[in-house]
Amino acid sequence: MQILKQNILSTSALFALLFVTMTAALFLVFVYVPTEATMGIVQRIFYFHVPLAWVAFIAFGIVFLGSILYLRSSNRKWDRLAHSSAEIGMVFTTLVLITGPIWAKPVWGVWWTWDARLTTTFLLWFVYLGYLLVSSFASDESQGARYSAVIGIIGFLDVPIVALAIVLWSTQHPEPVMSESGGLTGSMLLTLMVSLAAFTLLFAYLLIHRVSLATAADEVRRLRQFADERDYDG
Amino acid sequence: MKESAGKVLALTWKDILSEMRTKEIITSIAAFALLVIVVVSLALDPSERTSAVAAGVLWIAFTFAGVLGLGRSFVMEKDKGCLQGLMLCPVDRAVIYFGKMLSTVIFMLVVEAIILPVFVILLDQPRFPPQLVLIAVLATVGFAAVGTLFSALSVNTKAREVMLPLLFLPVASPVIIAAIEASSLALAGEPWSEIVSWLGVMVAFDVIFLAVSPLVFEFVLEE
Repeated sequence: MQILKQNILSTSALFALLFVTMTAALFLVFVYVPTEATMGIVQRIFYFHVPLAWVAFIAFGIVFLGSILYLRSSNRKWDRLAHSSAEIGMVFTTLVLITGPIWAKPVWGVWWTWDARLTTTFLLWFVYLGYLLVSSFASDESQGARYSAVIGIIGFLDVPIVALAIVLWSTQHPEPVMSESGGLTGSMLLTLMVSLAAFTLLFAYLLIHRVSLATAADEVRRLRQFADERDYDG
Repeated sequence: MKESAGKVLALTWKDILSEMRTKEIITSIAAFALLVIVVVSLALDPSERTSAVAAGVLWIAFTFAGVLGLGRSFVMEKDKGCLQGLMLCPVDRAVIYFGKMLSTVIFMLVVEAIILPVFVILLDQPRFPPQLVLIAVLATVGFAAVGTLFSALSVNTKAREVMLPLLFLPVASPVIIAAIEASSLALAGEPWSEIVSWLGVMVAFDVIFLAVSPLVFEFVLEE
């Protein structure tokens, strides 16, 4: 309980900052920024789509680092960090895969196209699904932590090769014509930047709380084990 | 270095010997690969047997057959209690990894050597390009490089039959894409220069995972 209380106090400053930035981002996205000329109103989803993808990538980078540190030190805290980050990354990647088609349908005329970025993101989603599944299918906790760490490392190293293969692949196949936005104007860039900051803060906030939850869960498990052992002795 | 190479070969030889006695893996996987080709072909109109489609059919068969073979590789050890013995061997974990990887590569190449000519006939391809041999070797090494790791990992989890393909397929996707595209170009009679970039993707994949997998393999076998 003490741990949780401390955590809430120390993150309240972060929460205040997140609240201000997120409100500003929402204002910029829905009120301030002008509607894009060719794509229309739906283009506003871009200010959520891109930051979500950005955060997902940071999250998987943290999974990679946490996994390496866990295998090197066997310290549970790195597994908690990696696992928490993977969960949040998974949620954000799912949102990327949902916001993408909503944007694509009116603009490209199709819900989905096997374009390089889309396909890579989709495959990445499967890799981290495997990451999360392995720890729940493992026979015990330390095994699950080790196995998922291995996947966290292999999966992240795989990303550039997947991207390379798919870029090569999609350049050989005809695709629907995509109107590339020819650079962002000042107000659009500002909106994107504020939105990026807001979602990065959101990620940091969620991660801190998820890690402290995992720490508390581990602590409860340890205490329960301790109590059980005492029962046997007594 | 030379000593560990000897140990790797000894482990591989153990697998080959047991395979020569039981013939379990190669026969079942070759039959399965052939069956996949037949089943997928049922969905195809004769006019659709182009080189691109044929390459897709071929690699669907090899990929799924590969998953099956990779699964057997450690299930066999685990079920007969041999994994314990293997881990008690006074060798580095990386030696076990390379031993199992090499035997998987050999079994899969044997299966592919049986299936390839049959495939060319069944899908009515006009030629048998020599490029296919190199493509098959590079792709198989890539499959085995990550597959051996994931096979050892999933054998200790619940629902291991599902876990292996779920982990293996997304990670191996660059190899699958490269093998399909390169085979498609080769079957269409394109020269070597056309497929070089795809061979490059497979070589990069093979090198990266042959270097990284043995490093993390010890954490998978640790009990």
